[in-house]
Amino acid sequence: MTAPLSIVIIEQEPERAQMIIDTMRQVDDYTLHVISDFRALRQKIAAFNPDVVLVDISSPSRDILEELTLASSPLERPVAMFVDQSDSSLTRQAVEAGVSAYVVDGLRSGRIRPVLDAAIARFHMFQRMRTELEATKQALEERKIIDRAKGILMRSRNIGEDDAYALLRKTAMDKGRRLSEVAESLVTAAELLS
Amino acid sequence: MSTIEINAGFIPLVDAAPLIIAREMGFAEEEGLSLILHSAPSWSTLRDRLVVGQIQAAHMLAPVPVAMALGLGGIADRIDVLQVTSVNGSVVGVSTAVAQELRAKANMPGFLDARAAGQALISLGRPLRIGVPFPFSMHAELLYYWLGALGLSVPQSLDVRTVPPQLMADAISADEIDAFCVGEPWGSIAVENGVGELLLPTCTIRSSAPEKVLAMRHDYAQTQPDETGRLMRAVWRACRWLAQPANRITTAEILQRPAYLGVPSEIIDRALSGQLVTTSNGHEQRVDGFLEFFAGAATFPWKSQGAWIAAQLAARVGLDRDTAMTAAKAIFRTDLYRDHLASTTAEMPGASEKLEGALSVPTAVASESGQLTLAPDRFFDGRIFDPSAKN
Repeated sequence: MTAPLSIVIIEQEPERAQMIIDTMRQVDDYTLHVISDFRALRQKIAAFNPDVVLVDISSPSRDILEELTLASSPLERPVAMFVDQSDSSLTRQAVEAGVSAYVVDGLRSGRIRPVLDAAIARFHMFQRMRTELEATKQALEERKIIDRAKGILMRSRNIGEDDAYALLRKTAMDKGRRLSEVAESLVTAAELLS
Repeated sequence: MSTIEINAGFIPLVDAAPLIIAREMGFAEEEGLSLILHSAPSWSTLRDRLVVGQIQAAHMLAPVPVAMALGLGGIADRIDVLQVTSVNGSVVGVSTAVAQELRAKANMPGFLDARAAGQALISLGRPLRIGVPFPFSMHAELLYYWLGALGLSVPQSLDVRTVPPQLMADAISADEIDAFCVGEPWGSIAVENGVGELLLPTCTIRSSAPEKVLAMRHDYAQTQPDETGRLMRAVWRACRWLAQPANRITTAEILQRPAYLGVPSEIIDRALSGQLVTTSNGHEQRVDGFLEFFAGAATFPWKSQGAWIAAQLAARVGLDRDTAMTAAKAIFRTDLYRDHLASTTAEMPGASEKLEGALSVPTAVASESGQLTLAPDRFFDGRIFDPSAKN
């Protein structure tokens, strides 16, 4: 029996690291380590001596790994990332999902494929969650601005809430701008005048 | 005219200005391009996004496409160099501790003296840990060249480490490195944070080192000549605009935005004006030609520049020198430069390669209109690189 694959995950956000770990555990038996502090990255990776390093490509420290993979012998192993450079669709998927894999020790691609697949799935899921969260946050912010703009209109023109909203919407349509933009200009103007 | 969308990537650095200005000052729009810019966290990420087609063009370290052509690092793919977007513009700096050590030994060298600075570092008598932004970068090449020419055996006697530009100041303060070579504003940020001092601008090691280039996937440049030409003209005009001193303040103001550099415009202005603050107690130093975007035919992608990088890389990793130089020359697309910029006022040199390091003063050379003046391109040790010489 071969020893379990040893994987280092470099990830600053603990939740995200945990998600990857959870998925990996479902797929197969791996020895997993998480590094969340980028300082002395080289020494830490060397200490674990992993088979695979997974890193978020939005992390600047990724360039440090690039150096590590070159250090051993650039000609024998010009590319240690994404295992098999002939598999360009896997590479594309990984880059798009935001994950990079660096194979620190030589490894057959059959063993790393499930690792990458799991990581890619999780990175996608995390990205979706983050996008949803941002969208929700923005919607809330816009809601607040629109409410303030409505209030300003209701006071200054002595109209009801529905009329104020209708006025905002009509102005936005006439000017070809988003409702929240019109509301924001109104709020800014009101602040300047008060 | 319908608008064509082009996605391009950059790393937050002062010399990303040509792409940013091409967008912000409307040069891209004039060419009918909607230029969408994406900030990348690291050079490897930028390279991979280019290779898989998430972006069509990038602000790239000149040695990266050469390294790829030689099969070093990253996914094997052909990335072409369409034009040079900046020359020089980096600094060598040391930690406050090393600066004190140099001062104690009474040999803190002059700021513009590459020879003295290199000898002072070597005289410390121990291998210094030096941070560079990427294994394949002009920073690494200049360091190896500089200290190698002064008698240090490179790369063995040097401990060169990759530290992303934004993390350089942190790496110094965490005592992971003793010195660095990095593009602005990140050297000035180390000074600003009180963790380092500037020792030398890289233009003193080599007075015209091609620093960043406009890089594009080879197949895109081949199959989309129209888009490629539009982008090249927009970037070329941005470089010309950047060379006007009157546009400096505007440039600094645009670059300081959070979406670009997110660093105070006052610090960005140091690189643009060549007026560097070298120590945290405010010592200033003026450097002529610190960062060039346009002057002296800076934008022309000389095949000999690619050949020089290839020769350096080949020597270090043990590749055949001639094969490497031939591969590098092929990706420096002087042909595309001549074709796509023909409708502009860009000066076209008569030749596509030159001796590197032979000019010590601005020199007029043969060109289509006879108006072209090349900038000095000397190496500090006076060596001359002939791209056609056989070894």
